[in-house]
Amino acid sequence: MTVTRLSRRSLLKSGAAGLATAALPFGLSRPAMAQEALTLGVVYVGPRDDFGWNQAHAVAMEILKSVPNVTVIEEENVPETDACAKSMESMINLDGAKLVLGTSFGYFDPFMIDLATKYPDIQFRHAAPLWNKDKHPANLGGYFCYLNQAHYVDGVAAALSSASGKIGFVAAKPIPTVLSNINSVLLGARSVRPDATVQVIFTGEWSMPVREAEATNALVDAGCDVITCHVDGPKVVIETAEGRGVKTCGHNASQAPLAPKGFITGAEYKWETIYTMYADMLAKGEALPNVVVGGYHNDMVRNTPYGAGATPEAIAAADAAIEGLKAGKPIYVGPLKDNAGNVVIDKTYDNYDPFLDGMGYLLEGVIGSIT
Amino acid sequence: MEQAQSAPMPRLLANPRWKAVAETVAIPVIALVTAAIVFSGFLLFLGKNPLQFFALVWQGGFGSAFSLQNTLQRAAPLILTGLAFAIPAIIGLTMIGAEGALVLGGFAAAALAVPLVAAGSPPMLMLVLTAGMAMCTGAALIMIVGWLRHGRQVNETIASLLLTYIAIATMNFFVEGLLRDPASANKPSTVPIGKDYMIGPIPGTEVHWGFAAGLVLAVLLWLLMSRTTFGFAARVTGGNPRAAQAQGLPVGMLILACSAISGACAGLAGFYEVTAIHGQANASLVAGFGFTGILVSFLARHNPLAIVIVAILFGAIEASGGLIQRRMDLPDATAAVLQGLIFVILLASETLQGRIALFQPASDKRA
Repeated sequence: MTVTRLSRRSLLKSGAAGLATAALPFGLSRPAMAQEALTLGVVYVGPRDDFGWNQAHAVAMEILKSVPNVTVIEEENVPETDACAKSMESMINLDGAKLVLGTSFGYFDPFMIDLATKYPDIQFRHAAPLWNKDKHPANLGGYFCYLNQAHYVDGVAAALSSASGKIGFVAAKPIPTVLSNINSVLLGARSVRPDATVQVIFTGEWSMPVREAEATNALVDAGCDVITCHVDGPKVVIETAEGRGVKTCGHNASQAPLAPKGFITGAEYKWETIYTMYADMLAKGEALPNVVVGGYHNDMVRNTPYGAGATPEAIAAADAAIEGLKAGKPIYVGPLKDNAGNVVIDKTYDNYDPFLDGMGYLLEGVIGSIT
Repeated sequence: MEQAQSAPMPRLLANPRWKAVAETVAIPVIALVTAAIVFSGFLLFLGKNPLQFFALVWQGGFGSAFSLQNTLQRAAPLILTGLAFAIPAIIGLTMIGAEGALVLGGFAAAALAVPLVAAGSPPMLMLVLTAGMAMCTGAALIMIVGWLRHGRQVNETIASLLLTYIAIATMNFFVEGLLRDPASANKPSTVPIGKDYMIGPIPGTEVHWGFAAGLVLAVLLWLLMSRTTFGFAARVTGGNPRAAQAQGLPVGMLILACSAISGACAGLAGFYEVTAIHGQANASLVAGFGFTGILVSFLARHNPLAIVIVAILFGAIEASGGLIQRRMDLPDATAAVLQGLIFVILLASETLQGRIALFQPASDKRA
């Protein structure tokens, strides 16, 4: 029932191999041994090689596979219906899973809540900050990375790599997480180039490749010369933009190989930090914390290594922005107005302030509407 | 072929009626076995053991009480969407709008449930009303297609497919706007109906009541389509609508009635998704049950009773899909490949109809 904001230092202390392994996606052999054999089940909503959300998890999961005595079992393309509950139950009943990780937002309510109640001896962790100790079972919990911090860095690099200062953003749905990423790109861009704008088009669906391509083309036609996005699998957006000869910033996982000419950098989750911590704790037989959240200050997000599209000034400014975020420099420096002129952020908020989790607006400088 | 009396065949097959039944059963079974053999070759090519595969399908689909319930739970919506395809198919229409009717029906049920729950209506009353709402909504949607077909000669396959997109967009419009629960920030949904109002499982099991509803409807619709004048008229229309019209059959009404039944079945599936599974309407309702129902119905040759069996088979393949991914390290698409193979081979096997001598009436023999 603890809320852990794990710090880099405690993580280093917690296991000799901890961070060293975190830095290498495919892991080293580890001296640690789980005290007893543990089977860990992971459920993904899409394919493990989607260049996006699922791939980010699956790549990190490779680290857990290297822990002796830990068996990782995985299932991909599991929809957010009772199929996910049945998949998890099947892992518990047929494979003896003791820890189940659900990596899609819609798995939580009601499916994982019901399962945690039904199987009190099994641990469940869900990749979103939804768990509430007053409402939900104690063997359930969540983990989440604030990716908007890496999008802020994208904004910095994009503004200084762009000729026009117009950044295009292909977004899935106008929900708080997505809005926060759009607003963070804008604030990052304006931190180094006060006249920068972000033009956004919502596709309305998490995965709608045709509309994503149309939106990308429309943004390029509107004069945007850097395109970034928040959709499940950014492959189509990045490839379309590269084909049109504009620069790109990625999302979720590394899309650098898709845009050899125009890739600047991208916002990536660093799930391996969490999964390595879980592995270390399991190896020692410790109880897992219910909630783990973080961002740059505790090594839970990162930016993709700079591509050919990044200018030297952009790289320098983005590196400085990363150092700032690591030191806890706030992104949302108030007061800030939305793009209709209302003050929506009254003061400066810490990057993890729950106030920001309920964001329902686009800031001044974003061209677009959420309705 | 020999004279029936002297032929060394099982006595049952001596009766032409039983021959017809045997043919109906044998051809899909032959298709299934063929698909299994072809699929085994595919597995061998991948360096996997087919026997292990089929053992895992058995273990994951039927091997334990948990597996069996997993299978039946997954079969529940497929029975209803299978029926939604089969009934129009009997009257000669290729209606593929069950997905839309399911989504819109489920959404309508959830939307009606919100004020009913807020007003403190008794759970049973609320469930009956929302079930009615879901069925009427689904029926109305597919009846539009039926009317377009009969009244305006619009291709029903295209119309029902396009209406499905409109249905999904309509649900998204309301779920993300007017009817959105403010608490559902990152996954727009309607207000949850709450545990007290949700349908529990069938006692002694974890399978929801949608399975029982599917069974009952399958039997009722089988009776309707094979044992009543309505069913006879529908089958005649399916055989030749012009001839049916010439005979004075009310073809338009029959098409509308079959469309309504189709939409109601799919809408009911949506009702169970909302009241037994999700407790609210959101994008998770769009799970492809309507489209899988098409395969189920084809495999069952649009026979309502056979749909139950085929839906259970598909439920088992899906229930064991995860186990296969985990144990054999095969991709998720494996189950889809198997389903696709079954479908294609089954369609091809239709050509065997009337060509296997064993099943032909003795009087058919050519001199």
